[in-house]
Amino acid sequence: MLSDDDVREILRLIDEAALAELQIETEGFSLHVLRGGASAPPQPAPVARPGASAAQTSPAAPAAPAAPTREGTVIEAPMLGTFYRAEAPGATPFVEVGARVEPDTIVCLIEVMKMMNSVPARVAGTIVEVCAENAALVEYGQPLFVVQLPSG
Amino acid sequence: MSLARVFIANRGEIAVRIVAACRAAGLECVVGASQADLDGLAARQADRVVCIGPPPASESYLRVETIVAAALGSGCDAIHPGYGFLSESARLASAAREHGLVFVGPPAEAIELAGDKLRARAAAAAAELPVVEGRELADAADARRFAREHGHPLMLKAAGGGGGRGIKLVRDSDELDTAYAVATAEALAAFGDPRLYAERFVAAARHVEVQVAADEHGSVVHLGERDCSVQRRYQKLVEEAPAPALAQDTREALRAAAVRLARSIGYRNLGTVEFILDAATGSFYFLEVNCRIQVEHPVTEAVTGRDLVLEQLEVAGGRPLSFAQEEVAFDGHAIEARLTAEDPERSFMPSPGRLTRFAPPQLAGLRVDTHCHDGAVIPPYYDSLMAKLIAHGDDREAATALLLEALEALEVEGVQTNRALLAGVLAHPDFASAAITTRWLEEEAIAA
Repeated sequence: MLSDDDVREILRLIDEAALAELQIETEGFSLHVLRGGASAPPQPAPVARPGASAAQTSPAAPAAPAAPTREGTVIEAPMLGTFYRAEAPGATPFVEVGARVEPDTIVCLIEVMKMMNSVPARVAGTIVEVCAENAALVEYGQPLFVVQLPSG
Repeated sequence: MSLARVFIANRGEIAVRIVAACRAAGLECVVGASQADLDGLAARQADRVVCIGPPPASESYLRVETIVAAALGSGCDAIHPGYGFLSESARLASAAREHGLVFVGPPAEAIELAGDKLRARAAAAAAELPVVEGRELADAADARRFAREHGHPLMLKAAGGGGGRGIKLVRDSDELDTAYAVATAEALAAFGDPRLYAERFVAAARHVEVQVAADEHGSVVHLGERDCSVQRRYQKLVEEAPAPALAQDTREALRAAAVRLARSIGYRNLGTVEFILDAATGSFYFLEVNCRIQVEHPVTEAVTGRDLVLEQLEVAGGRPLSFAQEEVAFDGHAIEARLTAEDPERSFMPSPGRLTRFAPPQLAGLRVDTHCHDGAVIPPYYDSLMAKLIAHGDDREAATALLLEALEALEVEGVQTNRALLAGVLAHPDFASAAITTRWLEEEAIAA
């Protein structure tokens, strides 16, 4: 499993190399980096990175860690669909800002043509931001939540 | 219903082409792009891009549920599937319809019929189109029986195949049992349908196809034919309109047959009826129906002056075709060459990568359909088509010369391409004399 420092180190190496695009895939981990992501179309919004690169880990890989940012770790939509914060309309949301999550905590549902897919946090920490609107279309890779990892 | 916003469920040059047609029709468009195509030309040009999934097509462009959810979620009222991917998916056509979306193509029933090559053959025969001697095979023994009746070589074809896939040539009886077993297994794996049928092999065959269009108001027309005989492994490389070296009565019979079939199966929107033409006898036989816009549609657009993708959108929106059969006129000759990122030196291995330079020339009569530009990336996940160069001239000679000039002047660096092969075909004396059959490229040109 990669640590945050590993990811930062990879990004630093990419920044120094004359690479335009990089794809790393190992078991349980995939990293796709596109230089110049800021000029990419507005959706999905590229996550802010140190340096000139934009990077996102692919949540499709089963054990992929969520993408770290300076502010925290982003939980991205593992698929395109309709984003639901609660089990049913009017029910209590799975998580609110301030909630503690474990890697297997369900944070939301994504519906794809009547199929409900539950999305686990995949990291432990505290929800500090909800980035998507309930019942809206979310795209593959779109940020859904920001999680503050426990310090230290 | 009239359309307002179209979801484009495709990528590459055809997505760019559909964006242009949406603009011409005054429609908004949303491009559904995989992660690998988010920065592609179509995504940049569209009103909006929606990321439908990771790069592999099986997790993005081939997902019916995702495409429908993306179209609905982005407020579209229609889905244009382009070619390839889900363009001939009856499941997408009916899922779209169930959710109140217009599928830009024929009804699901027509796609289902055309997709089952045995049913399509039967429908063609019922509409009095000539079909090659052939039938469904029950088992290997039945295949041997067919071989005794009709001799070798013969073709084994998958009922669920089409578009050049799922075809096996069996040259003699020693190969038959093995070929039957392999073809059955392949058909099951590739199409989920193990049924095979046999056809007599037409040794010197040309591929000639007729463009048809049909609207909701009972109009069914043809827009002439194309010759697509320059093929490698049943995949087209160079196409032209009109078909050269064709007797006028054959040409008219082909066109009439295509319209007859389209009418008899309740076809709607744009489609192509493919035939093989026996170069030795001049007889033609029904091959299959393609329920989509074809890669090679620009040659027909060039000689007829019609915008076929725009026509698709108008018809899908319920409007009548903008022209009647009598108004379809033909002007000159057009030839298309498919530029692919493949390395001819390495048995046409795909050659993905970043284009450090891509600049097609600007010449009178030349049209270039492409998603490529300086700095564009040809991703490794999809087919290798980079650009279509279409030359339109007063006659076949002029179109050939223009296309050769264009290929010569094209600047492309960063990936290997088949440019030299294309130029070699166009400059070949056999091409000049239109003595091309579907096996010519592999047996004569590449071997030589």
